[in-house]
Amino acid sequence: MKERYLLERENILAPLLLFPVVIYVILLVGFPFVMAFVYSFSNVTVGNPDYKIVGIRNFIDIIGDKVFQKSLGNTFIFTFVSISIVLILSHILAEVLIREFRGKWLVRFLILMPWTAPIALGTIGYLWFLDSVFSPIDWILRSFGLLGSPDALLGPMSNMYWLGRPGLAMVSVILVHVWRLLPLGTVILIAGMNSIPREILEAAQVDGAGYFRRLFNITLPLLFPVIGVTVLFAALFTFTDMTVVWVLTMGGPPPHSTQVLASLAFLKGIQGGDLAQGAAISLFFFPVLAGVAAIVLGLVKKAVVT
Amino acid sequence: MLNRIIIRGGFYGALVFFIIFSASPFYVMLITMFKRGHDLFNPNNNPFFFNEPITLEHLDLLFTQTLYTKFLLNTFLVGIAVVAITIIFAVPAALSLARMAGRWGENLGIGIFLTYLIPPTLLFIPLSRVVSTLGLQNSLWSLILVYPTFTVPFCTWLLMSFFKSIPREIEEQALIDGCSRINAFFKILLPISIPGIITVIVFTFTLVAHEYIYALAFIQDSGEKTIGIGMTTELVRGDVFYWGALMGGALIASIPVAILYTLFLDRIISGLAMGTAKR
Repeated sequence: MKERYLLERENILAPLLLFPVVIYVILLVGFPFVMAFVYSFSNVTVGNPDYKIVGIRNFIDIIGDKVFQKSLGNTFIFTFVSISIVLILSHILAEVLIREFRGKWLVRFLILMPWTAPIALGTIGYLWFLDSVFSPIDWILRSFGLLGSPDALLGPMSNMYWLGRPGLAMVSVILVHVWRLLPLGTVILIAGMNSIPREILEAAQVDGAGYFRRLFNITLPLLFPVIGVTVLFAALFTFTDMTVVWVLTMGGPPPHSTQVLASLAFLKGIQGGDLAQGAAISLFFFPVLAGVAAIVLGLVKKAVVT
Repeated sequence: MLNRIIIRGGFYGALVFFIIFSASPFYVMLITMFKRGHDLFNPNNNPFFFNEPITLEHLDLLFTQTLYTKFLLNTFLVGIAVVAITIIFAVPAALSLARMAGRWGENLGIGIFLTYLIPPTLLFIPLSRVVSTLGLQNSLWSLILVYPTFTVPFCTWLLMSFFKSIPREIEEQALIDGCSRINAFFKILLPISIPGIITVIVFTFTLVAHEYIYALAFIQDSGEKTIGIGMTTELVRGDVFYWGALMGGALIASIPVAILYTLFLDRIISGLAMGTAKR
């Protein structure tokens, strides 16, 4: 009887129900998170579990490493360029998908598929799309005479070798990131657009405001918080991703033309067994993570107040 | 009149462009999986359609001579286990955050959600040590242990917003009628929350099917691989790509996941938005 009485008290029941989640998160997120910091200041390897703290040596080593510098640069380029393109394209796509038309459910399913299907599997499709011999994209370019003839715009070779040339390999990685993120950006934008009261837009239209006037003076300012949060999440997501690069280029073509921080950390920490260096590299995500977390926190606090 | 034609033309033009952009890799997968090798490996053949009669040889190879069905089964098993763990952890926590915990609960809720932001690529190195210390490397159990790190925070937040959207008065009436808190939950709140719980189940499942990085880091045994890493590491032998089988396998696994995700996407987004906006 006493036990039942205790379970009726909110100040006992509430912590009791939360306890498992809190313990789990502390053990499998909090503890590893702290260990990532500890490892990055140590000389831990897979074969040497008794590690010592060696100070900032790992950071000095990796900052001086050309491969690391290249990866850091690539990570910023991939994130910045993909997000910028997604921002523009998702606005156009949202304008299209917000209308009603026949067969919309199927169109929606197809357009969402790059986001809803597992990205590793979607990227396999791109491996074929960008193949060095059989690329369907190259076939189209050849059909239009843009490739493969002596006076063709893109050169006399029969193929573009998308994944074999450093510049084009970077374009390819960006293409897959854009392809994958576009549905997410669009869906969130549409949700935001639907939340703008129709009366405001109609009133503006009655007062003679044209499409672009309404877009820049009403829609975009009202959508700004939604766009901001989306950009932050997408940026964090792209910045820390390694799946696209790993499946598509493995960081290549040599020397590390499309290597990113995440794949480099995997290469050194998991495949190379140098846990300390791997941890130090992945710790470069922390400032980005902290920035996003701070802004999200700010937004949540603001939402609580208003 | 002319203006309207231009607007309609622009609309359909954009629509067609985006459908081609998004769906063409999947369309080519569909064509490639039924294409004869002789047809497929001729760079002058139209890659978007069949130039020779179709064949099932690639699917036969995929289902009888590779571990594809094992990858699917492994993904499914991990999915079931992670769904169970996620529900057991997230439902009580979300209930507590939505109904009972006060100010500190709100902060704790935000704290739990923030852990969802920590990327796998920051945690995989320490977690690989945890996994090997527990002797779980090359075992599906490693994934069952680690995947709730991203499903539980997200689903707790999602369920919390569902519970919050249900008026308190419904349970309070039951409490006044002498129902215990636990009973009020199981008899009143839970039945109304079934849609929310189904959303969480579906979403957890799709997250498991999507996951790539932890699986790549923890599992090297071919027979223990899940679909993403299995397809990308086992069906490419050295320089030989089994293209027909690769494309077919990727498409067959993608479609059910994409359908489930699409069906529940609106609920997930509105749940997320409610968690932050309506308080």
